[in-house]
Amino acid sequence: MTIADLKPGQKGIIEGWTSGTPPTRLLEFGLLPGTEVELIRFAPFGDPIDIKVRGYHLSIRVQEASQILLKDEFLT
Amino acid sequence: MTEVLSHIAPRRVALIGNPNVGKTTVFNLLTGLRQKVGNYPGVTVEKKTGRMAGDLPVEIIDLPGSYSLSPKSMDERIAYDVLSGHLAGEPPPDVVVCIVDASNLERNLYLVSQVIDLGIPTIVALNMMDAAESAGLSIDLAVLNERLGVPVIPITASRNEGIGKLKYEIRRTDLAFPPERAWQLMPAVEVEMPALIEVLSKEAPKVPVRQRFIEVLQCLTSDSMLDYWTTWAPGFQREVQQVRKKLEAQKVPFQQAEVIGRYGWISPLVAGVVSRKKEVGSASVSDRIDRVLTHRIFGPLLFALLLLLIFQAVFSWATPAMDVIEEGVVGLGALIRGALPTNMLTDLVVDGIIAGVGNVVVFLPQILLLFFFLGLMEDTGYMARSAFIMDRLMSRVGLGGGSVVPLLSSFACAIPGIMAARTLANPKDRLITIMVAPLMSCSARLPVYTLFIAAFLPTGKVLGLITFQGLAMFSMYLLGTVMAFIASLVLKKVVFKGESSFFAMELPPYRLPRFKQIFWRMIDRSKAFVIRAGKIIFGMSIILWALARFPSTDLDPAIVSARLEVETTYSNSVDRLVQEGVDPVLAVQQTDEAMHSDFKQIEALEAGYRIEHSFIGMLGHSLEPVMRPLGFDWKISAGIVSAFAAREVIISALATIYSVGDADENSPLLREKLKADTYPNGDPVYTPLVAVSLLVFFVLALQCMSTLAIAKRETNTWKWPAVMWLYMTGLAYLFSLAIYQGGTALGWG
Repeated sequence: MTIADLKPGQKGIIEGWTSGTPPTRLLEFGLLPGTEVELIRFAPFGDPIDIKVRGYHLSIRVQEASQILLKDEFLT
Repeated sequence: MTEVLSHIAPRRVALIGNPNVGKTTVFNLLTGLRQKVGNYPGVTVEKKTGRMAGDLPVEIIDLPGSYSLSPKSMDERIAYDVLSGHLAGEPPPDVVVCIVDASNLERNLYLVSQVIDLGIPTIVALNMMDAAESAGLSIDLAVLNERLGVPVIPITASRNEGIGKLKYEIRRTDLAFPPERAWQLMPAVEVEMPALIEVLSKEAPKVPVRQRFIEVLQCLTSDSMLDYWTTWAPGFQREVQQVRKKLEAQKVPFQQAEVIGRYGWISPLVAGVVSRKKEVGSASVSDRIDRVLTHRIFGPLLFALLLLLIFQAVFSWATPAMDVIEEGVVGLGALIRGALPTNMLTDLVVDGIIAGVGNVVVFLPQILLLFFFLGLMEDTGYMARSAFIMDRLMSRVGLGGGSVVPLLSSFACAIPGIMAARTLANPKDRLITIMVAPLMSCSARLPVYTLFIAAFLPTGKVLGLITFQGLAMFSMYLLGTVMAFIASLVLKKVVFKGESSFFAMELPPYRLPRFKQIFWRMIDRSKAFVIRAGKIIFGMSIILWALARFPSTDLDPAIVSARLEVETTYSNSVDRLVQEGVDPVLAVQQTDEAMHSDFKQIEALEAGYRIEHSFIGMLGHSLEPVMRPLGFDWKISAGIVSAFAAREVIISALATIYSVGDADENSPLLREKLKADTYPNGDPVYTPLVAVSLLVFFVLALQCMSTLAIAKRETNTWKWPAVMWLYMTGLAYLFSLAIYQGGTALGWG
């Protein structure tokens, strides 16, 4: 399960990254293991997505979102 | 540690903060209008400084908006270089003011924690307190102050609240140094730090003690930061590479060590400081606006409507003002020509200098209007949404959503379009956008399209619906757009291949526009155009004038005698009327009227002869062998050379060459002259095939010195404008060659 698999309104907690070295900028934006993420919506043409993390809205592409693994047991 | 600072003038204060935290508003409030804008040497990043009024002289440096001091862009690199004193001739600031969005404390404190580690006296200005309050957040300032160990000043810059307190804090001479680092790296990395710091301090003792830790940390994760030490501390550089290899072998994710360490300190800190007073319903105002503005159907629709409005404004609302400027330039020229003797100097003043200034000022209405709309989009937070909506479509051609507005603006004019690319955060996307923007058919191409389509392409309808000429016009716009997309794909794949790219953009909460700020930003950017690009445009205008004016040759004897004949007829006619008893003044007036067109004709003949024998005419002649395969004779070639001033100039140039006098694209006389022109063997110079070849040439060629000037200003090098000119002119040549040669082979000539 990754961020890209969430449905709008669904929340999850980040477990880690599928690839070895994630872009540092995404880490600096606060997308770290243990962080809660809520998928707000998909853009009109399906990509990118609007997620809520650490109290603010961030837009990333599905490509990157699909590399961020979520802890299955904490989905809400 | 409470070392007391004492200062002799001026105190240097750097402002830093994440994008969208109201840093510019704070800067304006602190400095008023005492601002200076320049460039950091060698880069495109703008350097904004200003003076704070008061007894103690204080210089405020507005650093580019940054999410982190580990640089990901040119902007952030400059921010770090200024703060760390890496920039030659730029000592590190005495005080750093960190502007923080109170409603988004956690992510903002990441940058704050980096700034504190630099060891420079730091003040945190907690901005947007009103937004935090309305979001139901309550921040315990005393605890935040204590945990961070630096002064925290709550402000609401948009309402000018708390600025006095901030100014007071900036002026304080007893500001303490920030406390030592309060967070830890992961143990495997932390253990390596002391040895590396030791090596750095030996090789580069000038680095302040407090700054060594962050310098080492930067080098551990960033190659470009490590490169800085190649000459200063080669031993340190080797040591860092050793440690990197070791950590890699141990499978320690050292690249993430800093981020994990800092957030490990920030998250609990924020949790202990921020409390939610009331549970705000699941959707804030901003969320509700987004439900409409980024809606599956309404989102793109509303964006399209907004673009239409902007396009309409830049394309047509600017026209009256541009007409006034053009008429004013012509009128002023005539006025001065009347007041000065007829000589070369007057020609220089009127046709060179005044026309050159006109060439710069004429762009201002479009630039002001476009920047007003861009400022409105940025200030309200809609700019990020437009990129969010369009990103999917634009990513197919190698660009991002942010390129939509600059490219569409370029349909009006590439100058404001290229300047609009500044709103792009990713420098690679920005450069590609600048490079392809001039392929969008700008409004200066329109008169050229009009003249040649109306004169040489058949009338009639396609499928009984669309006129053939309308379809041809549409094809020109389509060709330019398609080529821009292909060019951006090629640039992405060839020039920037292998560079990893990802997209991450904050969607800031919507805000009401602050028109004062939008107005000043509009003025700032327009000033930058007039001063920087204007100089180049002005200079090139004078060169082009000289090319058309020199060398001055004696007129053809036939033309001289023709003028003599007209002048003799004129004086005879006046004499005759006077003898017939007509009042002399009236006689002159009557003859003037009767012979007006004869004089016009002679002047047109003279101008035609002069331009043929000017440098432009010579250039046209010497270019003819190269241009013949495209179907162009020397006159078209000379027209293309003069069109470098601006594309539409080819029409007045052709009018002069064909001795038509003043003419525009709708002039029937010019059309007839063009149609009637033949080569010595009797073949027509212009056929529909030549017209198509010329049209395509104008779609693709970079026939505009102003575009080159602004590209130089925006990229801060002549390299990219040179590449731009070469690839566009090359494309134009190849396409026109293929069309003319292919068409001729098929017997369409």
